[in-house]
Amino acid sequence: MAYGYYPGCSAHGTAKEYDISTRKVCVKLGIQLEDVADWNCCGASPAHATSEELSLALPLRNLALAEKQGLNSIMTTCSACYNRLKVAHETVKESPETLDRINDIVGEPYNKTLKVTHFVNFLSEEVGLEKLKEKVVKPLKDVKAACYYGCLLTRPPELVTIDADPENPTIMDGIVEALGAEAPDWSHKTECCGASLALSRTDIVVRLSGEILKAARFADADCIIVACPLCYANLDMRQSQIASRHGVDYSLPILFISELMGIALGVNYDELGIDKHMVSAANMLREKGLM
Amino acid sequence: MIYQLNANVRNFGETISELSGVDISTCYQCGKCTAGCPVVMEMSHTPNQIMRLIQLGLKDEVLSSPTPWLCASCETCTTRCPKEVDIAKIMDTLRILALKEGYKRKEPNVVAFNKIFLDSIKNNGRLQETKLAMAFNFKTLQFFKDMMLGQKLFMKGKISFSGDAISGVDAVKAIFERSKGFLDKGER
Amino acid sequence: MVESSQNDNIEILTYSEVEEVGGYIGNFEVKIRKKARLVDLEKCTGCGTCYQKCPVKVPSEFDMEMGMRKAIYVPFPQAVPNVPVIDKEHCRMFTKGKCSICQKLCQADAIDYEQEDEIIEDKFGAIVVATGYDLFDASVYGEYGGGRFKDVISGLQLERLISPSGPTGGHIIRPSDGKEPKNVVFIQCVGSRDVEKGRPYCSNVCCMYTAKHAVLLKEHLPEVQTNIFYMDIRSPGKNYEQFVQRTMEQFGALYIRGRVSKIYQRGDKLIVKGADTLAACQVEVEADMVVLATGITARHDSKEVATKLGIPYDEFGFFTELHPKLAPIETVTSGVFLTGACQAPKDIPDTVASASGAASKVAALFSSDRMSMAPLVSTIDTSVCSMCKACMEVCPYGAIQEEEITLRDGTKKKQLTVLESVCHGCGACVSTCKSSCIMLRGMTDEQIFDELMAVAQ
Repeated sequence: MAYGYYPGCSAHGTAKEYDISTRKVCVKLGIQLEDVADWNCCGASPAHATSEELSLALPLRNLALAEKQGLNSIMTTCSACYNRLKVAHETVKESPETLDRINDIVGEPYNKTLKVTHFVNFLSEEVGLEKLKEKVVKPLKDVKAACYYGCLLTRPPELVTIDADPENPTIMDGIVEALGAEAPDWSHKTECCGASLALSRTDIVVRLSGEILKAARFADADCIIVACPLCYANLDMRQSQIASRHGVDYSLPILFISELMGIALGVNYDELGIDKHMVSAANMLREKGLM
Repeated sequence: MIYQLNANVRNFGETISELSGVDISTCYQCGKCTAGCPVVMEMSHTPNQIMRLIQLGLKDEVLSSPTPWLCASCETCTTRCPKEVDIAKIMDTLRILALKEGYKRKEPNVVAFNKIFLDSIKNNGRLQETKLAMAFNFKTLQFFKDMMLGQKLFMKGKISFSGDAISGVDAVKAIFERSKGFLDKGER
Repeated sequence: MVESSQNDNIEILTYSEVEEVGGYIGNFEVKIRKKARLVDLEKCTGCGTCYQKCPVKVPSEFDMEMGMRKAIYVPFPQAVPNVPVIDKEHCRMFTKGKCSICQKLCQADAIDYEQEDEIIEDKFGAIVVATGYDLFDASVYGEYGGGRFKDVISGLQLERLISPSGPTGGHIIRPSDGKEPKNVVFIQCVGSRDVEKGRPYCSNVCCMYTAKHAVLLKEHLPEVQTNIFYMDIRSPGKNYEQFVQRTMEQFGALYIRGRVSKIYQRGDKLIVKGADTLAACQVEVEADMVVLATGITARHDSKEVATKLGIPYDEFGFFTELHPKLAPIETVTSGVFLTGACQAPKDIPDTVASASGAASKVAALFSSDRMSMAPLVSTIDTSVCSMCKACMEVCPYGAIQEEEITLRDGTKKKQLTVLESVCHGCGACVSTCKSSCIMLRGMTDEQIFDELMAVAQ
């Protein structure tokens, strides 16, 4: 059976490699993904900062389309998209009155039948860590990979959490460990990188992302593993700015969880798109004998 | 500063409670929101001060504060509030109300970003990151912002000037038109 | 406890549990399970050889798992009676089937691995419930580490560290590395005044015990800086406020008005991110140790105890008094009295006061053979009663009982009767009775109609 896939806008731009590697990894795992046809942007934070109805209607159109397409579930790789899709799904599930109102706005009925997942809980729940372990051909020995969850995968916990413990989530750590790497316990797993202010107040983002890098360095991490294009954009793409602002060049590779999986599952390095990163992961991977 | 409090002191709080669905009177000013806010050092009013000012009915002070615009919507405050007050939701409500009532934009870049972002979705159905960044820089007169980064991204093949539009653009446009609360009349 | 144990009129049954309670005021029939401690109470001299030589070490409950005890142990140094108990779960005789070191070494021959629970059934005139409280489990605060950080401890753990008979002999050191802390953070209202954690109430004691801890810490470690995050300081007891002020003025405690959002570990330091709402800013403290002023919760088994005793409890599991102002010690079940924190969070003076109150209530009750009470009680007209027993079900006090009487012709008949000493005259049975055979004395239909007529005239 095919799983519905919602790539999100960044998958076509700054996080192309996330999309590429996710598809490759799913092929390796024997998972069939089916894109939600004609999907639209989830609205992200500008929508909920501007209109509550808009913030529910934009994601709901995608859910309605997926349902219409005959899908049972919708999986996305972006934490922000996941947060908006899940919040919309849960909100209308709670309130039939809201569902009617938003259905009228969307013009396509949503019947609340979908299971909304993020790539991370999709992996650990639908695929399972045991199966993942079986598929590993190149165990990531001696790699200390700090898993960064950010805000939108864990908050607000009543609606979106992918982990039983929103303050110290370990679901990604479990995946990383299944791949043979070490996932250190560190302090900034769920601290905010400031994503919604990425362009408008870049100074804030640089400060916050700098603190996250510092904490990861403190935990002696070889790389940070992310599961969101926005976390990635701030931690990777802003790293040179962070270096000039704070005077510390962390040179800490930021890898998407799908890329790390790709390496462990034996996908060719060149096919994963890792070379598209600003901070090269090549040295680190070579050092660990993974390239 | 002396605030004059009259018998209508609770009106503004009640309006906010109604719009947000969050009971303002629940806040007992413990400060846990401020304690965990990642952006608090940029704020002129801390989150708990915003809650207090709402309780005091000081509408102008609240709606012209930059604080709601600086809120990163990370929801740390909401998650950890011991009284289960959805502070992040209040911040959304304040942003929407400030736009609607034409209060002066203390963080014009944030307002501009949100507008350009939503315009992009309205016109294409999806966000076009490159166009968004360019339009934002143009609008906020920061022509060289992130230029170096842009060049590098171009080299990595992550920048595309061609559109990524969907066939259901009209459906998305209709959503924008039918959604309430989308009222930016500009500064008064 | 020692004093009580020496009083001829007091029998202390430790390591025992009430299994069943029957009867009513003046005539309670109680079944008590006296658990097998596997040590003969009469023979044991309390010499202590057994627990000195026992090879099995178990984390000590009394020392909040910061120290160890043996598998045969006396729970705490002042325990009464000073007779050890064998912990079957850990004793090698039970886990591996061999050892018996304690038995071999006991000169009094007091160790009896075969000992079995004893059931005591006796009659009692009154019951005073003093089952106390449990400490709130702070591990639900993920933002404070959820139990992951060794140097984030509870107030009770600090209490054990300060105690000369505690796991460190009264030396205040960090559990992680045994170093003396220099900068200590206290966080108040952990598991109190927190709706999100299901504890909206104030635990009553934490403000004062935290102030006491700050004072003791400074007395033990003169170089220490204490930082206390608080929301409000609640110090309404006699001399309490002066104590808090002295904590600040003479013992240098820094009170910071705000809650803490997160604690995280950085190297061997704990970074505490809090707010100072008075200065309207975020504050970060690099602390060596954090003490959580964990609140009071009802005992985990309070609901079962309440069911056995036939007394109500509130949504948090605290036992409910008959009237919050006018009958704070009595319960709806006559003859069952409350004292201490099983009723609501209480500090020591309040507990002593309520215990004195309960003792006086019992003494007054026992002072005469008959008790006087309000005459408003129900009576059942047994000639009309259909024995549907609906009244028994609705009676909140268990005042209606079934009895068997012998008629003049020698036949036996069952009928319902009201225990007047138990009935509170609430009228629930009266309005439930389908055959209208129950009447409340002083409130009969005729009397009420007459009253109405008089009013109408």
